[in-house]
Amino acid sequence: MNKTCRIVNLQDEYSQIYKDNLPFLKAGAPNKMNALRDDAFELFNVKGIPSNKVEEYKYTNLQPFFKGTFDIAFSSESAIQNNDHSFTCGVPNLDTHNVFLINGWFSSQDATDKLPEGVVVGSIREKAADYPEVFEKYYGEQSNDGDAMAAMNTAFAQDGAFIYVPKGVVVDKPIQLVNIMIGEQDRLVFQRNLIVIEENAQAKIMLCDHTMSAQKFVINSLSEVFAATNSVLDLYNIQNQHNLTTQVASVYVNQKKHSNVLTNNLTLHSGITRNNIRVTLDDEYCESHVYGLYLNDKNQHVDNYSFIDHAQPHCESFELFKGVMDDSSSAAFTGRVMVRPDAQKTNAYQSNNNLLLTDNAKINSKPQLEIYADDVKCSHGATVGQLDEEAMFYLRSRGIDENESRILLMYAFAYEVIEKIRVEALKENIRSLVEKRFRGEYDKCDSCVICGQQGVSASCL
Amino acid sequence: MLVIKDLHAKIDDKEILRGINLEVKPGEVHAIMGPNGSGKSTLSSVLAGNDKFEVNEGSVTFNDKDLLDLAPEDRAREGVFLSFQYPVEIPGVSMVNFMRTAVNEHRKYRNETPYSASEFLKLMREKKSLVEIDSNLTNRSVNEGFSGGEKKKNEIFQMAMLEPKLAILDETDSGLDIDALRVVANGVNKLKSPDRATIVITHYQRLLDHIVPDFVHVLYKGRIVKSAGKELAHELEEKGYDWIKKEFED
Repeated sequence: MNKTCRIVNLQDEYSQIYKDNLPFLKAGAPNKMNALRDDAFELFNVKGIPSNKVEEYKYTNLQPFFKGTFDIAFSSESAIQNNDHSFTCGVPNLDTHNVFLINGWFSSQDATDKLPEGVVVGSIREKAADYPEVFEKYYGEQSNDGDAMAAMNTAFAQDGAFIYVPKGVVVDKPIQLVNIMIGEQDRLVFQRNLIVIEENAQAKIMLCDHTMSAQKFVINSLSEVFAATNSVLDLYNIQNQHNLTTQVASVYVNQKKHSNVLTNNLTLHSGITRNNIRVTLDDEYCESHVYGLYLNDKNQHVDNYSFIDHAQPHCESFELFKGVMDDSSSAAFTGRVMVRPDAQKTNAYQSNNNLLLTDNAKINSKPQLEIYADDVKCSHGATVGQLDEEAMFYLRSRGIDENESRILLMYAFAYEVIEKIRVEALKENIRSLVEKRFRGEYDKCDSCVICGQQGVSASCL
Repeated sequence: MLVIKDLHAKIDDKEILRGINLEVKPGEVHAIMGPNGSGKSTLSSVLAGNDKFEVNEGSVTFNDKDLLDLAPEDRAREGVFLSFQYPVEIPGVSMVNFMRTAVNEHRKYRNETPYSASEFLKLMREKKSLVEIDSNLTNRSVNEGFSGGEKKKNEIFQMAMLEPKLAILDETDSGLDIDALRVVANGVNKLKSPDRATIVITHYQRLLDHIVPDFVHVLYKGRIVKSAGKELAHELEEKGYDWIKKEFED
């Protein structure tokens, strides 16, 4: 069932929507999902959609974007409607296990018999019933950190992806979660993913968000990730949406002893993006790599808010975010690092570099280190700059024209983050994608270039 | 080929070139020498099109085209090449990508079809052996982490790839040990031909033992104050620049 909701005053209507539709939200959803709703909603209702008066959202006032007339789906059929296309992945050399979600709801996936035994991939509401002990143990355990948008997601969550990799299993093929936004009306979507990587297990996961029709889409997605002892996980979040999209994408990562997790938020194209990345190093000897690349033009805005919590000793975190801002676009970066009193021998490195191509482009960069242990190594640095004139002249003096030189240098700037990608084929794809993005060849019209899905020309906004 | 007439150029209202006259014909090698601060590097920058410098008087024609009217990339495509005194490091731009882009832009300008990847790699292999550049260098980012000598060799390698009509070597010998100097000089000499010209800008005579000039000019306070054959270089090496300074003090 789809409901069309007109939101003018935010909390008034959101409160009404929640109350009116609670039976629909609960229908068919796992017990724990339902059990957490009321408290989460209460918190969301008190805090409201964050405006820039909230410190953590100082550079991104979300309120105007959560107003409007939206369809909200309260069942799988209404989210998917007639959009259950058969998808084919058009990218060479990128052999992935594809999972398709439409408007945040699980739609279909490749045959699972090619996955190693015991690996579970599917819809979170279905798999929760099949694997209740996993779901009960992990669902909602990290997302209750008081963030209003996380609380909103927990209150309204109905579907999304569930990935479980059992002890000792290595999944070679990357698992790709493709979420497609499509519809005839503007739409508000809540997607909820749960990813559990057990002891000694390894996986690579790509979240690929794209839009395939010209409507206004507002997405509040949340992924909870648990990486057990000795596990290795890569999580690539590739955002490739049209300019009418607003996305709040939260990722919560909990790491146990000797685990190694890499997250990389690649915001290639979108309207308004807010990424919340929260990593808790919950045991000794964890290693965490937190990367991001954002490429903005026109009036686009990207806000990366990261919070690395060094809760235990002997952990290392490496944080690198880079952005290129053109036209009147803007971006923000907050790098909060907490080193708790027990977290001796912490190594935490953070860096945020920005390239502003015009006088109107804007970046707010804020490192925020809180260190309560005394035997630690922490560093942070933020830079804002323009294209290097000397390098420009050097390239031009070899016969490369001004525009091409600019593209080479912009690409060179982004390169450091692309190099961090640990899936070779994906790295190649992102490389060419970034180059095309700078060239202006590829535009949001191409929709998800990773899967080769063609966008609708009307969505080239 | 190159005709410079009464060239004046300034930076931040400070006039550095104060009336340069020079004519270079195909096949010739000209050396421009002079004490520090005489304007040698400014002259090469102005010829390559660096817009840090403002030309306020005079003209430069290159094969009958007004060189000063062309963008830096078009000067390069017309056949002017500057070997930089301080080549810039550009992390993230691979040598292969950089050179392929440059070579193909030249070809496009001449209405030739761009090289395919394999054609290009073949060309690159040939030129690499010509200038004795280490294979590994071309697998890296442009000049990133190169030693001083490697950077200069890389300049000569780029010159070999682009086959310019006029090569301007701006203090290519500075900071080179004797082996690197020999490699650089050999590279330049191998590329010599009756229809190409070279301007060697240098402070010292030692590079000119390897690249023998037809003409030696002394630049002092923004003007060419003396021109002669290669023997002038030896004279300068022996006597230094002081006698020139005394003679032309104003």
